[in-house]
Amino acid sequence: MPGIQELQKDLSDDFALLANWEEKYEYLIEMGMDMPAMKPESKVDENLVKGCQSSVWFDVKCQDGIIFFEADSDSLVVKGMVAMLYKLLNNQPAKEVLEAELSVFEELGLWRHISSQRSNGLTAMVAHLKAEAVDCLAKGG
Amino acid sequence: MTKDIHSARADFPILKQSVNDHPLVYLDNAATTQKPQVVIDALVDYYTRLNANIHRGNHSLAVQATEAYERARRKVAAYINAERNHEVIFTRGTTESVNLLAYTYGEKFVQAGDEVIVTQLEHHSNYVPWQQMCLRRRATFRILPFNEHGELDLALFERMLNEKTRLVAVNHVSNSLGTVNPVEEIIRLAHAHEVPVLVDAAQSVQHIAHDVQSMDADFYVFSGHKMYGPMGIGIFYGKEKWLEALPPFLSGGEMIDTVTPEKVTFNVLPYKFEAGTPNVAQAIGLGVAIDYLKQFDPLELQGYEEDLLVYGLNLLSEIPDLIIYGSPAQRSGILPFNVNGIQHYDMGVLLDTMGIAVRTGQHCTQPIMDALHISGTVRASLALYNNQEDLEKLANGVRRVIKMLKR
Repeated sequence: MPGIQELQKDLSDDFALLANWEEKYEYLIEMGMDMPAMKPESKVDENLVKGCQSSVWFDVKCQDGIIFFEADSDSLVVKGMVAMLYKLLNNQPAKEVLEAELSVFEELGLWRHISSQRSNGLTAMVAHLKAEAVDCLAKGG
Repeated sequence: MTKDIHSARADFPILKQSVNDHPLVYLDNAATTQKPQVVIDALVDYYTRLNANIHRGNHSLAVQATEAYERARRKVAAYINAERNHEVIFTRGTTESVNLLAYTYGEKFVQAGDEVIVTQLEHHSNYVPWQQMCLRRRATFRILPFNEHGELDLALFERMLNEKTRLVAVNHVSNSLGTVNPVEEIIRLAHAHEVPVLVDAAQSVQHIAHDVQSMDADFYVFSGHKMYGPMGIGIFYGKEKWLEALPPFLSGGEMIDTVTPEKVTFNVLPYKFEAGTPNVAQAIGLGVAIDYLKQFDPLELQGYEEDLLVYGLNLLSEIPDLIIYGSPAQRSGILPFNVNGIQHYDMGVLLDTMGIAVRTGQHCTQPIMDALHISGTVRASLALYNNQEDLEKLANGVRRVIKMLKR
């Protein structure tokens, strides 16, 4: 499994090939569509972050020091963003998740379209992943 | 000689920019309109040349600023054909105007068991203040529903009126569906029961008829920023007899006559309702926005916007799987829609990547969305500077988004 930095670089390189915002978003949406589907039993209310305009389901688990997560959204744009997180942080050691500096979102300028949406939950999602990583490490990983 | 509507676009500097590498297509006018250069200049000019606190100052700047502020009031009064200038009160906007009435009228005229009627088409700002006032006064909050066309049922309204009804609050144009409500008829029916009516004109005053005397509105409220004026300025109009009867809303400076430790006597209209230092520059800016609007022939302007709306609705309705909400006989300025299987939020974000600004979500009208059983809509809304090309870009953008999301 490549490291988070390497994966960020891959993503940056992929997006750099795309000519304009429409193409970038098209690519993002494809990533969302390609993300493994969330298990129906995980898509429950307690995993729901209900936003003003879109909802996200999100479930994090720690196994043997590795962070795994599943997610879904009724918005394909948000789901694409979530898929980027998935690509970077799923199946990564808790220590790496905790220390990850996710610069790629800002670098690509993708979040500026949604960051003003108070409840998009993506920032919260990163915080949630890091908190889970802390627990995971505390358990002796 | 009236101004040509097609020349308007050039007066709005913000429209000349590119957003996300595309020329801006601004279709979020129901949220706020852009400002013509003359309004922007008026704000700069005020702070460059005129700034002083108004009323009771006896130096030259204070006198000039006061004159400019009062001139703005007269322009507003003339624009809505108020009988008297002092029936026009400056507020921060429609929301404050509605709250002003809900608090003062509620305190004076609403008792336990009384009824207030609003409609299911209201923006939260003309809904929640009445609901909360009814809770405070233990009055009954009644809601006139809309039908499958997105229109109000007048026969039902007539049956809801009774001897307990104290007030009716209704918008002239729905901000979500664009329905033009028959306010003249509503006012006539309410007056037959001696019930006063508040007209929320936030979405109508800049587009359609705005003569308070001919519609016989008791109260009429709107915001400056939705009619090409600055933000932070709005109007509360009330018939003199009502304004005299109502207690003040906010208290403080300016609204008093004499003050002793035991009591105060209140200032005359309109100052009784204008406590504290008002938004002088914004009021003057609103006056300039009205001057700007008055350059156009009002019927020509209305006709232009109506044609544009029909053009846009026709373009959108040709798109497969696109649903347009409401089918009122009269609609103004609003194109509310969704595409089957596509989240309104996704549509908004992706249109934005093409430089097209629309609004998505509930538009502060949760009761409407609940009635339609949807979580929200995409809403394109028009202003006088929009043109057919804007709507063609919107329709093409929507088709492009459908291609991006449906495969």
